[in-house]
Amino acid sequence: MLRLTGASPRTPGHLISAADLTRDDAVLILDTAEEMARVADRPIKKLPTLRGRTVVNLFFEDSTRTRISFEAAAKRLSADVINFSAKGSSVSKGESLKDTALTLEAMGADAVVIRHGSSGAPYRLANSGWIDGAVINAGDGTHEHPTQALLDAFTMRRRLVGADAGIGRDLEGRRITIVGDILHSRVARSNVLLLHTLGAEVTLVAPPTLLPIGVEKWPCEVSYDLDQVLPKSDAVMMLRVQRERMNAAFFPTEREYSRRYGLDGERMARMPDNSIVMHPGPMNRGMEITAEVADSDRCTAVEQVANGVSTRMAVLYLLLGGNEPAVTHSRASSATEESK
Amino acid sequence: MSKTLIRGAKVLGGEASDVLIDGTVIERVGIGIEAGDATVVEAEGQILLPGLVDLHTHLREPGREDSETVLTGTRAAAVGGFTAVHAMANTFPVADTAGVVEQVWRLGRESGYCDVQPVGAVTVGLEGKQLAELGAMHDSAAGVRVFSDDGKCVDDAVIMRRALEYVKAFDGVIAQHAQEPRLTEGAQMNEGIVSAELGLGGWPAVAEESIIARDVLLAAHVGSRVHICHLSTAGSVEIIRWAKSKGWNVTAEVTPHHLLLTDELVRSYNPIYKVNPPLRTEADVLALREALADGTIDCVATDHAPHPHEDKDCEWAAAAMGMVGLETALSVVQQTMVDTGLIDWAGVADRMSVRPAQIGRLAGHGRPVSAGEPANLTLVDPAYRGVVDPAGFASRSRNTPYQGRELPGRVTHTFLRGRATVVDGNLA
Repeated sequence: MLRLTGASPRTPGHLISAADLTRDDAVLILDTAEEMARVADRPIKKLPTLRGRTVVNLFFEDSTRTRISFEAAAKRLSADVINFSAKGSSVSKGESLKDTALTLEAMGADAVVIRHGSSGAPYRLANSGWIDGAVINAGDGTHEHPTQALLDAFTMRRRLVGADAGIGRDLEGRRITIVGDILHSRVARSNVLLLHTLGAEVTLVAPPTLLPIGVEKWPCEVSYDLDQVLPKSDAVMMLRVQRERMNAAFFPTEREYSRRYGLDGERMARMPDNSIVMHPGPMNRGMEITAEVADSDRCTAVEQVANGVSTRMAVLYLLLGGNEPAVTHSRASSATEESK
Repeated sequence: MSKTLIRGAKVLGGEASDVLIDGTVIERVGIGIEAGDATVVEAEGQILLPGLVDLHTHLREPGREDSETVLTGTRAAAVGGFTAVHAMANTFPVADTAGVVEQVWRLGRESGYCDVQPVGAVTVGLEGKQLAELGAMHDSAAGVRVFSDDGKCVDDAVIMRRALEYVKAFDGVIAQHAQEPRLTEGAQMNEGIVSAELGLGGWPAVAEESIIARDVLLAAHVGSRVHICHLSTAGSVEIIRWAKSKGWNVTAEVTPHHLLLTDELVRSYNPIYKVNPPLRTEADVLALREALADGTIDCVATDHAPHPHEDKDCEWAAAAMGMVGLETALSVVQQTMVDTGLIDWAGVADRMSVRPAQIGRLAGHGRPVSAGEPANLTLVDPAYRGVVDPAGFASRSRNTPYQGRELPGRVTHTFLRGRATVVDGNLA
């Protein structure tokens, strides 16, 4: 079982926040994900590890991408998967989270993967006594999305350190820049915390309106100037900017945002050799990222999706799998695998 | 009429004295008063205060009797040592007519545990658009003097100006819930370091302070009096201090929870800590305590806000805002203000009885403990230490942030015009 070994783990047995992971926890997850990735290259992609266990995908918000990623991960580990979409039901009534949790508990859920529009809902679920199973935060409000941060870190380690060379290693000294709507981004919060834990140097770039009051206490640098930061970035993560933000006066126009904070081919050319461009998806092509960049070899957006399945397999395995090894294989067979 | 002799209590924390109550009034205060046929209350080591007065209570009736009624709320008030409470107007229907305020007033009279002074809404339906019939509410049996849209801010500057001017005709006061609505859209907690980490929508201090700044200027301009509800930030304190230095007729209250709790508690995502205005920072808490001690903040008001269990047993964003406070107010004030040496018990009497009664223009409350005065009295055992257990509350609701916390002090007796409403800590 994944036992968070942090100084004061707030949610042992669950994955709620990237802050709950120590460096060793995180490296263990990334190493396990690397093993899981190798399974994907086998003719039969399935492992018997979680046979007889039940994983519930409890989604109070639409997110097909995240849901199918967790679903694929659980199925490759032979778990039974129940998809529970609460969208459209009376989720605004607080009782429904509790009653839904009690229902899932009665059905014997071993793990609940929860996506919720309210920050803190997974924390509440894990700490309320409503449920015994492991809770995995698949994105809560504008709080966190820890498995996204883990798959991002996994992608960075593969690209910047190497799939095999990376085993057992963190991201010490790597310079990571996160650009865009930090204020409303759960991806940014989880990434700042996890990347800091893994030894990376994180810089946030955004217009001041899209940075939270209090960001100065985060373990990262903050800049308003993308051009100044790009030449010193090993990876640049572009966050989706929702068009409705424009109506709330966060920035004057889409075009101005794009000019000042968008990544186009010209800007990408100023990044160091071998640096990468990341995007958690879905992309607003023409807004925060141009098609030229999105379709370039440097852009890992599609790779991130594939890595998401491996990473979520690792998290499910470590939370539910017990002590037996997840994967039995010889090192030789894995040597044929080469990350692209 | 029956007589009661309170023996050996420290009046306002001073010398031990005997206090003889005859009927509804205090007959004598002195040493060695003969008991005669009076019921004797041995009060050695206890503090005798004028009955506490709350300027800010939500009794929820009419409309939300599932969370509180006038009866249960006044029973909770008596247990907390209160002899008068001001019932806020955000009921269903809203207390924006003479009919509703008279209903609440009558329910209070029938309860018999505590005087209930209804607060009238400033605007129809608390919607901030049209003045409610303030004069009719004043002229009603309820005799309303305090008007508030509490829960909502009177944010339109013209409406606020007119309300301030209009109530001068009958010595009324507008009690403002200072919250700039546009700056607090989607607000869930204090905006700062903790909200940034938790990803909860921020309620910035400036949304309170900007309204207070505007309203003290308006009150000065029209020569009226304004009262600021539940002050919660250090910046608000500075504005009130400045307004008072100008000699303007500005008063302010602070809640017990803003004197003790901070936004760090929100890290638990437990909605028991969700309240409006939100819990602020340690620096704010210390500024509020200091301001209450030096008189910049006039009084403590509970903002007792009962909610049924299901409205708190949920995720943060779905939860209702508010905390019950009547039964713990005096203990929190003792812990934060008396035991810290910031004020003495005479100060508590001033901030929890004398000043709120003056602001609300309540005759018969907040009076000196001396012969001939109405026997509205509260007896406190300051040496008591107890763990808060909401299961024992007289309030219908249990949404206290202090569950499991040890707090000092206990109200042993409360007298409403000579009649004991609380005896030995229990409702009489």
